[in-house]
Amino acid sequence: MKSIALQGRPVAPGEAKGEALVTTEAISWCGGVDPMTGIVTELGHSLKGQNVKGKVLVFTTGKGSSAFSHAAHVCRVAGCQPAAILVKEVNPQIALATTVMHIPAVTELNQDPTQVIDTGDTVAVDGYSGVVTITKRS
Amino acid sequence: MKLKTDELRMLDGKEGLVRQKAMELLVKYGDALGAAEFVDVDNVFILSGLFSYTDVFKYPIDIDSIASEYFLDSQEKLMVDNVKAFTTNHLFTIDLANGHADLVKAPKILQDLIAATQHYCKRIGISVTGTCTPYQCGNTPVFGEHVAWVESSAISYANAVLGARTNIEGLESSFSSALTGKTPLWGFHLKENRRGTTLVQVDEKAISLDTVMDYELMGCHVGRTIGTEIPIYPCGKHHPNADMLKGLCATGASCGGIEMYHMVGVTPEAHSLEEATGGLSPKQAIQYGTRERRECYERLNNSSKDLVDVVTIGCPHYSIRQMAQLARLLEGKKVNENTLLLVYTARSIETVAARSGYAEAIEAAGAHIVVDSCPINIYFPTSSVVATDAAKITYYMTGLRGYENVWYGSMLDCVDAAITGQWRGELR
Repeated sequence: MKSIALQGRPVAPGEAKGEALVTTEAISWCGGVDPMTGIVTELGHSLKGQNVKGKVLVFTTGKGSSAFSHAAHVCRVAGCQPAAILVKEVNPQIALATTVMHIPAVTELNQDPTQVIDTGDTVAVDGYSGVVTITKRS
Repeated sequence: MKLKTDELRMLDGKEGLVRQKAMELLVKYGDALGAAEFVDVDNVFILSGLFSYTDVFKYPIDIDSIASEYFLDSQEKLMVDNVKAFTTNHLFTIDLANGHADLVKAPKILQDLIAATQHYCKRIGISVTGTCTPYQCGNTPVFGEHVAWVESSAISYANAVLGARTNIEGLESSFSSALTGKTPLWGFHLKENRRGTTLVQVDEKAISLDTVMDYELMGCHVGRTIGTEIPIYPCGKHHPNADMLKGLCATGASCGGIEMYHMVGVTPEAHSLEEATGGLSPKQAIQYGTRERRECYERLNNSSKDLVDVVTIGCPHYSIRQMAQLARLLEGKKVNENTLLLVYTARSIETVAARSGYAEAIEAAGAHIVVDSCPINIYFPTSSVVATDAAKITYYMTGLRGYENVWYGSMLDCVDAAITGQWRGELR
């Protein structure tokens, strides 16, 4: 099985492994994801109807309301948070949301994660070293 | 992060467990951002009472446990004594006075949660403004002041219009800043990250920027097109007023992620185009003309039903000028018996509106002036037809609240809908 290793900057500590859910769009947690289920609700979003729970969520960056971290926090309390997050770019919403979701996150990877990783790949995220290991589905 | 002596004191617990937890959170957050150090802040705007997800809360309500978890990310119950920085708060989700909570069908647990939060805010020394527009209600930072604010529309107003410096803070980070007087020195706190990157070229022959709605539609297009870049707007033929820029802030932030912009000759870091760009070449230029304006308008209108059940206006909170305009529009009129007209503002503005006779005119027409709350916090069946004069509200009304039929138009269109019970708005 084909395996790829990427190196990035650790954002939030921890280690996790899971199935990737990938979008080339930004995500808004407040209003764009139902935190009580983990389902993406934003109209017209490429992930609409998909569930982020337990996934390694790969996207560009956070967008929208400053209640982003609160929605993410509620998502963690409800047990519907992703396993890990990989973003192209960190902004305050992502920095705070990954902190309060208590999940590992990595950014500034040496390749664009939204291009290298496909939905369904298995991805291991090391939030201490910034190493991301991708096992392609096929 | 490199910490100073006072920051280490708090982190080591020498100022108690509460400030230790707050510093721990800020250090994690600063590390996640990649910040090198903190900056002092003595002006914080927090999200104390914005509970959008009621299902997660259960009886009995223990506000100190709830605050520990949701404000400070601590599973251990913390007893907060006092905030350190000057702190004002955002709205309380719903208005507990005048039967308004029942009027909008707010769940009982939410009402109890808000009552407990109000006591909590008072107890810990927060100046209780209860508004999304602190700059209209006694918390107006000065040029160059480092602050830690929540609320995307207010952050944009603070950065762009006032020239204060804040990132887009969240509930936990702003609360921690209130307790410690610290925020990561990162992003918009640094001058080099505030320069304009994108020129907005307005078709001035076809587009006239005269109303709040004109500015909202422009902000909507620019936000959708450039995301988190920093736009440079030209000044229109008429110098904009505060309400117009407030609308531009709200839509630029909610339709995209614009938390900083320049308007040449209007905003304080853009006396000239050269100052706005920091002397560098802009990355790109985008066009705004009649086609873009119509496209945004159509995108914001998501209803196929003309009979309107609820008209919900005042996002961001109406200013006293807008209360005066509304009073004039409603003078001698009556709201349709099948339609509810809800008007959102801050308690302090309502006080001035009452003193000026505006509140009397608005209420005599059958409208309700709601304070401490937000037009999206209505809990009617999601099949209800809703009309609003805020582009930001259309986004959350569909995404967050699940309403299927939402109309967008001007204050005048919304008043017409409230009086006739029918949506007759169109793009003019």
